[in-house]
Amino acid sequence: MTQSTKTELPQWPPVNSARSPFTPLDDAERQRYVGPVTRVLLPTGATAWLVSRHTDVRQLLRHPAFSSDLSRPGFPLLRPLPPEATRNSEGTFIQLDGDAHFRLRRMLTAEFMIKNVRRIEPLIAQTVDEALADLAAAGAPADLVSTFALPMPSKVICHLLGVPYADHDFFQSRSRVLLDRGTSPEEIQHTVGELRDYLRALIDRKRVRLDEADDLLIRLIRERVEPGELGVDELVGMALLLLIAGHETTANMIGLSVLLLTRHPEQYALLRDRPELAAGLVDELLRYLSIVRTGLLRVATEDVEIGGRLIRAGEGAIVLIALANRDAEVFDEPDGFDPYRQAHRHLAFGFGMHQCIGQPLARAELRIALVELARRFPDLRVTADPQELSTRDNSIVFGLDALPVTW
Amino acid sequence: MTPGPRADEGTTLRVAVDRARCCGSGNCVLAVPEVFEQDDADGLVLLRDPAPRAALRERLDRAVDLCPAGAIRVG
Ligand code: SF4
Repeated sequence: MTQSTKTELPQWPPVNSARSPFTPLDDAERQRYVGPVTRVLLPTGATAWLVSRHTDVRQLLRHPAFSSDLSRPGFPLLRPLPPEATRNSEGTFIQLDGDAHFRLRRMLTAEFMIKNVRRIEPLIAQTVDEALADLAAAGAPADLVSTFALPMPSKVICHLLGVPYADHDFFQSRSRVLLDRGTSPEEIQHTVGELRDYLRALIDRKRVRLDEADDLLIRLIRERVEPGELGVDELVGMALLLLIAGHETTANMIGLSVLLLTRHPEQYALLRDRPELAAGLVDELLRYLSIVRTGLLRVATEDVEIGGRLIRAGEGAIVLIALANRDAEVFDEPDGFDPYRQAHRHLAFGFGMHQCIGQPLARAELRIALVELARRFPDLRVTADPQELSTRDNSIVFGLDALPVTW
Repeated sequence: MTPGPRADEGTTLRVAVDRARCCGSGNCVLAVPEVFEQDDADGLVLLRDPAPRAALRERLDRAVDLCPAGAIRVG
């Protein structure tokens, strides 16, 4: 493709600060991006295919010829990565394919399976309770993000992994830097290094006291590292992934969900009065808010036809689950928020072998957090106009920086 | 068995899972807990009932649809 035709391609991700926090793309943007597989220009100057229809997204994410390995030529990066990216990513199984991915993922599937999450629901409920007590103690007006939405999932993942929550300022601030698309390669390098050093030191401390506690890291050390099945650097990478994914995504979902529900007071009241409906409501929130908005990234390792287009080996694809979740072929009136719809076909957790391993945990946290919030703060109101709220447009995980509330 | 639209309620279906493909998402367990469970040892799918009643067809189809790994067959 020549430079002149390249510059005519639409840019991905689009820049529009006026968009509502509930709208992944405004109408004009949708005209440009939605529909059959289209070609876009990335910030790095490379081009990639944009895939946004529900059926195409599912087909692509389940196809073994699409790689998650960002060191492969043609991988559609949204920002330049440091040259050390491969070494930095050891153990980060979301960037691995096939058996290499499965080997690490399967060391965690039992930890996050539904019955284990049920077992830790009392811990989640207790953490929610404490965070809500903090919110009450802070008094109105308060920022719901910093008093509730962020500390709650952070505490839960810290407890499960065995990471001291006292260090939350450190890992929360670093996570944000890593998720920001504006972060320079040098800064990524530095920040990943800091987090890996921190987790490595934590793991080293745990290794000499394996009998003193039981948490996910200790179990992995005992059952996988000691027998020589898992390298310490790999465990560091797995811990890094779980720590970041375990708090950022859920925190952003809670903040946006509360903003949305306070605009639908009847739904908010329903959470309190009929908590058995909360699971369905959570699925609709996941569909409607779709916080991973810039897309999942893949590169083709063979020529594959998706949505009537031939994607050639070495070409990148950006998979827009946020738009697939608004596909009118699958969801009636997809731009409407409807907690009674059967939203279970949403792709907010991805699809294919990389589908979010923490989804039972995320679902339980969202359900318990929202039901308890509605019960304890039935008159909760947001004191700012949604358009005035500072949103994280430049982050890989969309969300609110703060949510001022009163009650 | 009485003939008519409900005639298949007494019949059974055949369900098969491929543990080698399963990525442990648990979607099948949410959709049809009567038929699927997750193995305590590895979190991967286990069949509680390989021959469930035909009345579960709709939810079994949902499990097939929601399985991210394509690891479930219903016959
Ligand atoms: S839905 Fe599929 S991948 Fe998930 S646990 Fe069941 S069989 Fe395994």
